[in-house]
Formats: sequence, C-alpha cells, structure tokens
Amino acid sequence: MPIQVLMPALSPTMEKGNLAKWHKKEGDAVKSGDVIAEIETDKATMEVEAVDEGTLGKILVPEGTNDVAVNTPIAMILAEGEDAAALKDGKAARKITDPAVRERVEESEPRVEETKAVVAPPAVPSPPEPTEALEPDVPEGTAMVTMTVREALRDAMAEEMRRDKDVFVMGEEVAEYQGAYKVTQGLLQEFGAMRVIDTPITEHGFTGLGIGAAFAGLKPIVEFMTFNFAMQAMDQLINSAAKTHYMSGGQIGASVVFRGPNGPAARVAAQHSQDFTAWYSHIPGLKVIAPYTAADAKGLLKSAIRDPNPVIFLENEILYGQSFPVPKLDDHLVPIGKARLARSGNDVTIVSWSMGMTYALKAADELAKDNISAEVIDLRTLKPMDTATIVASVKKTGRVVTVEEGWRQSGVGAEIAASVTEQAFDWLDAPITRVTGKDVPMPYAANLEKLALPSVAEVIAAAKAVCYR
Amino acid sequence: MAVASNKPAAQPAVVRSISAEHGAEVPDFSREQELRALRQMLLIRRFEEKAGQLYGMGLIGGFCHLYIGQEAVVVGMQMAIKEGDEVITGYRDHGHMLACGMDPKGVMAELTGRRGGYSKGKGGSMHMFSVEKGFFGGHGIVGAQVPLGTGLAFANRYRGNDNVSLTYFGDGAANQGQVYESFNMAKLWKLPVIYVIENNQYGMGTSVARASATTNLASRGRSHDIPGEQVDGMDVRAVKAAADEAVKWCRDGNGPMILEMLTYRYRGHSMSDPAKYRSKEEVDKVRTEHDPIEQVRSRLLKKGFANEDALKKIDAEVRAIVNEAAEFATNDAEPDPAELFTDVYK
Repeated sequence: MPIQVLMPALSPTMEKGNLAKWHKKEGDAVKSGDVIAEIETDKATMEVEAVDEGTLGKILVPEGTNDVAVNTPIAMILAEGEDAAALKDGKAARKITDPAVRERVEESEPRVEETKAVVAPPAVPSPPEPTEALEPDVPEGTAMVTMTVREALRDAMAEEMRRDKDVFVMGEEVAEYQGAYKVTQGLLQEFGAMRVIDTPITEHGFTGLGIGAAFAGLKPIVEFMTFNFAMQAMDQLINSAAKTHYMSGGQIGASVVFRGPNGPAARVAAQHSQDFTAWYSHIPGLKVIAPYTAADAKGLLKSAIRDPNPVIFLENEILYGQSFPVPKLDDHLVPIGKARLARSGNDVTIVSWSMGMTYALKAADELAKDNISAEVIDLRTLKPMDTATIVASVKKTGRVVTVEEGWRQSGVGAEIAASVTEQAFDWLDAPITRVTGKDVPMPYAANLEKLALPSVAEVIAAAKAVCYR
Repeated sequence: MAVASNKPAAQPAVVRSISAEHGAEVPDFSREQELRALRQMLLIRRFEEKAGQLYGMGLIGGFCHLYIGQEAVVVGMQMAIKEGDEVITGYRDHGHMLACGMDPKGVMAELTGRRGGYSKGKGGSMHMFSVEKGFFGGHGIVGAQVPLGTGLAFANRYRGNDNVSLTYFGDGAANQGQVYESFNMAKLWKLPVIYVIENNQYGMGTSVARASATTNLASRGRSHDIPGEQVDGMDVRAVKAAADEAVKWCRDGNGPMILEMLTYRYRGHSMSDPAKYRSKEEVDKVRTEHDPIEQVRSRLLKKGFANEDALKKIDAEVRAIVNEAAEFATNDAEPDPAELFTDVYK
C-alpha cells in the first residue's frame, strides 16, 4: 500500500509551513536519505529526507503552497511492486510520522544538532485572535499593520540601533545564524559585526561582559537563546546588574536589556520549559517585562533599551509567530510599568501577562457565553507592577483570578493576591484564585505536559467559582 | 612577550620565586618615581592600618579585607597607565581606590558607613566606585569582576579608543569558571584587558598549591593563547616594568595579557581571620626580606635620593592624610534614612 508523506513539524512549536520546493518529481525513484522537498518555516528552510524507499507516486501539495498545516499529507510513495493504481484506493496504510529532516545551512558543515521532527501537536493552545484591545498608548486614528511578535521585536531593536550607536546586540547565534529563533534576522546585514555579535556559548561570561560594557556607558541588548540558560548567569544578573547602582550610591548603572524566550515551550521537558518571571520580579534593581501582543513587544522593548536600568525582557517562544496589529508610528513606545486593559468586564477580573493571556482571553470568550463578563488585564510589566490598575478593576468586579504558567508557590499570582488583599480587601466578594503551572518539573509526555500547564478550562472554572456559579 | 613557562610550583612561593628570576633585569626608578611610589604605598599601608584599628573599635563593620603587603602591585600598575584606562577589582580593594586617586576621606567614610562615603554609605568596604577616577569597583563575589572588566575592555574596543582595562583578581578567583569564559572572549575579540592576578599565596585559608592543579597562574591563559608573565609583585619597579610592556601590548591591539603578581598579604584574609594556616616565620620572612615599602626606602637612602629626615617627613604627611580621613569618617553623619529607597533605580 502506498505510504503517505506528511508535512513534518520542524520545531516543537511549528504548526504550519510553506512547501518551498519539490526535489523529486512524480515517478522519480526515492531512496532513504534522499532529499525530497524543502520546507520553509518562520525560522528556517529545512530539507525533508525520505525515510522509505520506492517511487514518488503522487505529489499532493504542489511547491509554492504556503501555510500547510503540520501532518497534512503532502505526497504518496509507492513501495516496490506497487503501481499508480494503488493510489486510487485513496487510503494509505502507513503514514510516515517521523521523516528525517535536517536543517539546510549555507556552510558545508551543519551548525546545529540535527533537528528531529516531532509531529505531535503542540500541547499549548494557540492564542486566539486578539480581541479589540484598548490601546491607550496610541493616538486615536493611528494606522495599524499586522506583524508577528518576532518581527515587532526585530523592528524595535533595529529602530533603537539606528537611533543610538551605543546600542548593540550580543548573544549566541544572533548574527550570522540570524537568531536561534530568528528574532535578530537581518540585523547583522544592516549594522555589521561590531554591533551584532555572536558570542561563544558562555552565558556567565558574556552576561558579565555585557554588564561591564554597560558600566562603561554602552547599551547592550544581551540575548539569551532561552532564559533557561540565564541560570548560568544568575550571579551576574543579580549581584552585578541589579545592585551596582544602589551599591555605588547612584554612580554607576547598567543600561542593559536581557531578552529571550521564557516560559514553557512545547515538548522539551523540565530543563528547557519553565517560567522565571517570579524569580526576576523578586529582585530590587531589575525591571521585568513580559509582553503578550506584538505592539507591546515592540513598544516595550524600545522603552527597555532606552531605560537606564537593567531590564529583564521575557519573551515567549510560542508567541513569536503570532500576529497582532501594531501601530504604524515612527517611534512607538509603550511605558514600562503600565498594565493594559485587554478586555472590559464587570463580573470578574482576570489578571495575566505574556502567554497567560492566551488562556485568559479564550476563557473570557467562553465565560461571556455564560453571561459572565470578565475584565482581562494584561500586566505587561511585572516589575514595577501596576497594582493600581488591578485594584481599580477589583473595586469594580470584586473578584480576581490570576493566570500564569509559572509555579504556584511564591509565584506572581501570590504577589498579586497579597497586594489586592492589602489594598482592596473590603471590595472582595470571593477569595482570590490562582491558576498556575503545577508545582512539578515539566514532564515530557504530551498528556502530562498538558496537565502541568494551566488550561482555559481551569481559568473558566476558577472564574465561575469566584462568581459562585 | 614571553609566554610563561609552566615550571613546577614554587612553594609558598613569594620568598623563592620572586626576586630570583627577575631581580637582575629590573630597570631602576628615577628619584621622582621612587618618591611617588613610596608615598602611594605608604598611604595605602597607613590607611589600612587605620582601617584595621577602626574595625577593632567597632566603627567599621562586616567584612574588611586589608591590602597590607601587596601595595607594590597596585602602585606599580597605576604608574603605567593613563587617564581613561579603567581599573576594576574584587573585594580587597582599598589600595586600588587610593592608587586611583580617590579621596581617602570618602573611602574611609564608606568603610564606616557614613553619608560622605563614595557610595553614600550603601556599599561598604567591598563596593565602592568612582567613574571620575576610572575605578569600576569593588566587587564582592569572587571572580565576578573578571567578565565585568572584560566588558570595560569591550567598550574601549567598541568605541575605538586606546584605553586599557586593568582587571585584577586573586589566586583564589583564578579557579573560577567565568575567568576562562572571559579569557576566551578577550582573546577571540582582541580586547585590551590586562588580567592582573594578585597571587598572595592564599585564597582565604587555602594555599595555591592546595587549590590549583597548576600553580603557575601566569600560564593559565595558555589554552587561549594569551601571553602571561610572572612578576615580583613585591618590587614596585618590576611591576611597573611588566605593566609598561603589557599596556603597550594591549594598546597596540594585540588583545589581552596576563600578569601574575607574586605577592603576599601580611594580615589575615579578612579582619576576622586569625591566619592559622601559615607560620609566623613565613610571614616574618617576607616582611623582613621583601617588604615593598622597605625596598623603596632603602634604595632612596642608598642612592642618596633622600635622607632619613625627608622620609620621616613623608611618613608624617601620609599619617596626617590618614588621620584626617579617619577623623572625617568617624564624625560624618550616617546616611539619611530616606536614602534607604534611593538609587535602587536610576
């Protein structure tokens, strides 16, 4: 029976890709290891190798097709002895779910370890279409352009680098590779190797080096490939970056942005899938930002680069590819420390940020169907925290649910709960309720991973509970 | 520029390894240089003695690491650099600050935690800075200043100036991983940084030989192709000569260089360290045979550059400066309570 070739997932978070090119035509013989096609993701162009042997019987998705969902059948391979008539059955007995895929690079030798295709659907829900957001940061009538969070971050860096020659980017694979997550795409070409600097894999060292450069008055953007690796640099972040301004009586500051993806990714297990928001928000001297929308990603990153203090800028891998409207302005700045009212409501206040917003907004949609009107606050900045906006909302709704992917104990939700209790106790009609990641290291298995993360259902249940519904 | 040979470990090395190798080649100082070195080293020593005294009186709290015995290192290095060069070090930092020209009153007042201190009383002994004087701290975590100092050098290269970063650390810090991460980047990017390893023979209570698989710390850059040199850190002329060479190497765009200063601290690791891990004889031997200040003093007399009276006068002048600093530091007010919440953010 013919073998179906499926659109492979080329990264843990890939949901669709473009079929750039077929290297084989119908009727060509295919051996195991032959490159049969090229797939473009938003991160890279990858080659798909055949795993099975036979003849390429039929191409189901022609080259040049964009946005082909993962697991869509893209071709049929006929095993030896089968003829084209077998295709007419329409059913394939075997699906190739693990095609060997390797990244195509310009250089002769591969620069990253082989990418293993994972065809399991991402455990984390994809974000809903953004609701009509109130955008107090933008003048009325501003034109909007749609762009991904990834593009917005890149544009923010490029704009600030054009504006100030003291701004530079350093990190692993930020230059020639164009960014491990392609966030720094094109920066090397525009700004050159003096300002877009590939570092060795040496987080402790290059973090300290960046801080030292900031002591000398430069404005580094230090990219961590992910914040998991920033653990190696924790001493420099906390003891050198955060404290020196205070310890020097205000003489020396570190105007430096540490940015990169934070939070649970998909199917990478405990060491590569965790949320450090609460950790950093504990430290005096640091500012901590975790945007959800592309507009906020851009406006807050620009503000962070200009800020004279060390800023921890927590991005989210799963949000990188999501598109949002972004104001078409020459200089779109979003103030640090100001929450955004993402959705107005009267019955319950849901507070979240970054990826947590995807659960919060979906839950709000569902709750509306049950006539529960949820107000959703996107904190955007965790430190300093805009408690005033939360408290004002609580005075309206009397109920609070916090949503975060981080662990429960000593999490950001605990901090919000304490602040609301201190500042708006008399307005509360129900206990403040936290929806969080479970207090376990992130498991690998798809089902367990799903259980470890917060879910839309948990947010809905929490909101209903505090509304006594 | 010789890369240090990896000879077997010199025993509590200062006594043996120092002058034997380098003594003969050390260029002489002029009268003016000798007097400048003497004055600077005396200032540091008298200052530190006073700090020890104030600590004993309870006027200085916490950790207090004295530089007594190591004065020639920082004074000799400082004689080789120019305005615009940066200095950064660890927590045994009082000597560096004084050598950089920071006001002894402000340094001492920081030790006593007063508002007139360099950090308004919020940093203390281990955390003081003066951008104006090119001093970037004062860092309390062993080895943390090494990538920071490498970053200062990075900024010099980024800006295309010819400034050099003097990044000091001790024999203890020489075993920290971030030191080697820094070496790698410094060589890779040809950063103008001189790594000055102040090998005072003990990382707290552990001798170099008990902590380091290879005890020639000047050779620690070898795997990154960074040249290194062992220097008699008790002879200010040898320090200055090595520093001149290293500074030129860096300014010429050759990248980093390591200078291992063989030196010795007379006091314990900190004020609370009784230093039972070494013999009194060992300390006495260094003090009597290699004291950096006595070396200068005897040369001045021998060469007829100064007589006893002139030296006594210098001593008295230095004591007056230190007494004035102590006076200021004990009478200055504590920080205003409102300062608790200032300077957390800029």
